[in-house]
Amino acid sequence: MSKTKFILGCFDDPDNMMQGITNLQKNSVPIYDVYTPMPIHGIEAKMGVKDSRLGYAAFCFGCLGATVIFSIVYYTLVHDWPQNIGGKPSFAMPDFVPFTFEWTILFTAFGMTITFFAATHLFPGRAPRVMDLRATDDRFIIAVDAKGNIPHDDITNLLKEAGAVEVKHNERKYVSYE
Amino acid sequence: MAHHHESIIREPLMTGKDMTYARITNEILLPVENKPNKAWWIGFVVSALGALLWVVSISLTFWYGLGEWGLNKTVGWAWDITGFVWWVGIGHAGTLISAVLLIFGQNWRNSINRSAEAMTIFAVICAATYIVAHMGRPWLAYFTLPLPNQYGSLWVNWNSALMMDVFAISTYFSVSLLFWYTGLLPDIASIRDRAKGLRRRIYSILSFGWTGSLKTWQRFETVSLILAGISTPLVLSVHTIVSFDFATSLEPGWHTTIFPPYFVAGAIFSGFAMVQTLLLVTRKVLGLENYITMFHIESMNKIIMLTGSIVGVAYITEFFIAWYSQVEYEQYAFINRATGPYWWAYWSMMSCNVISPQLFWSSKLRRSIPFSWALSIVVNIGMWFERFVIIVTSLHRDYIPSSWAMFYPTWVDVGVFIGSIGVFFTLFLLFIRVLPSVAIAEVKLLLKTASEQAKMKQIKEGHLEPAEVQYYKESLTKYDSVDMADYEKV
Repeated sequence: MSKTKFILGCFDDPDNMMQGITNLQKNSVPIYDVYTPMPIHGIEAKMGVKDSRLGYAAFCFGCLGATVIFSIVYYTLVHDWPQNIGGKPSFAMPDFVPFTFEWTILFTAFGMTITFFAATHLFPGRAPRVMDLRATDDRFIIAVDAKGNIPHDDITNLLKEAGAVEVKHNERKYVSYE
Repeated sequence: MAHHHESIIREPLMTGKDMTYARITNEILLPVENKPNKAWWIGFVVSALGALLWVVSISLTFWYGLGEWGLNKTVGWAWDITGFVWWVGIGHAGTLISAVLLIFGQNWRNSINRSAEAMTIFAVICAATYIVAHMGRPWLAYFTLPLPNQYGSLWVNWNSALMMDVFAISTYFSVSLLFWYTGLLPDIASIRDRAKGLRRRIYSILSFGWTGSLKTWQRFETVSLILAGISTPLVLSVHTIVSFDFATSLEPGWHTTIFPPYFVAGAIFSGFAMVQTLLLVTRKVLGLENYITMFHIESMNKIIMLTGSIVGVAYITEFFIAWYSQVEYEQYAFINRATGPYWWAYWSMMSCNVISPQLFWSSKLRRSIPFSWALSIVVNIGMWFERFVIIVTSLHRDYIPSSWAMFYPTWVDVGVFIGSIGVFFTLFLLFIRVLPSVAIAEVKLLLKTASEQAKMKQIKEGHLEPAEVQYYKESLTKYDSVDMADYEKV
């Protein structure tokens, strides 16, 4: 039995890589993932990846930030220690606006980005799960799980037909970092 | 593929023959992966000496108190707040480039956003040091936070614009840092995957385990777009709130409603000038001529010209309103600015900020690198004078003539200011050594769409309107990084 775990189609051009995806899809070869040095526009639709829901998270965090700071300002300025400043009302709403605005932005930014890091498993010190070291440089990589797929040579040919500069049959999933 | 083609009449955003993805990575990482050259060391030593002056001046200020500065009973704000507003303003260009230009789909931002954002962060650090130093007792800085305390609790004054400043500046700094660092992740991963040994370990930790997988990029782009969307109103709010520090007071010359838009325009103006100051040198020293092209330089000069004109209109409007309001204190404040003892500061401001940017109507000057660089320095000086004029000339003569006074800086005042420039440049020089000064991943996006090479291919393939090709070739003549001989035969 072949020891190959992953087949990597390495392309030097994003358009050829897209062609590689088309070729694999036409032959019903499931694609494990795609690693690229830059974002590829239009790939989500092609791969059937659903829209990111981070926007909803961002909105919720924004609402939270606005509520938290509005409550703090209200509690301190109006409820806990109201002051008579020239007979003007303590509940001076216009003064609340800058604080509410700033914390809406602050909570949106940090809440959303931390959600992104958590969902994508990004954090300082995480061992990089890298399949090919050039995927962050000049190679556009299509990774195919070798297990249970059609004959590996056919996959190689499909990728080569699309213009892959190299097809690797890797016995390890990730490039070791140690 | 057809959808990649951009109209031929648009100028290329990246020049150079035989550009490949690998070459982009190599060229941008050159300063990060190699020992620094002599120019860097000279710059670093000079900047570090400046930073040392800052350490000495700030230490004296903390040790002996604000008496080390030239402040007096009449002029209670001078070089410190001038420096603070100057630095915050400079920071604004980075956010404008990274956020506003992203929303408007201006792809020329791709090659300048990284260093401009870095500049934002370092400028805001410099600004924040002024706020803390100005407190006099910096160890009590936490008094600005609404923390429960044993005085009641006696809370912070939410009605104060200075309190709004605390929230605006801290949010601005932390969100800018987050935006910048998130954008850096893919590029740190590029360094990591090429490095060996300890370097690889360090960049591995910093890269957060970035892999560039499909879903990661998709989420990354969503996050970038939303961060850009929220940073845009944020950057406008920050300088609006900084202007509230003045506008909510009853001081003649400060108490005006024009301040927020006028300050924001001035901030963008000074920020772009600082971007020019830094990038024109960086481009040359790091050999980034193919990425930061004449198109970028000219576009930034156009923004400098536009915002300089807005600032000019604001200056004139202030004068007009002082006359139109018929408030004699307001009128005196402005007449005093132009003709009083600080007339030289006022006219320095006017000539540097209003008159000199108008020279950019000439395309020849706009495309001259030495001229652009010199003018960027002039604008930086002018914008410092603007804040000095607003702050000191308003304070030194207000309602009670018996309290009128002049402000004379001490060497500590000067040391803190010159020193903060040293701190800024030290941080910037360290940044270009350890992190990529151009966003590698974003520049790679331009290779097949907006590069000179892609357009050359389009021309060679034919099927283009000859008049449009001619127009394109003529637009290339301004680039210092394009060899026009290549276009004679095609």
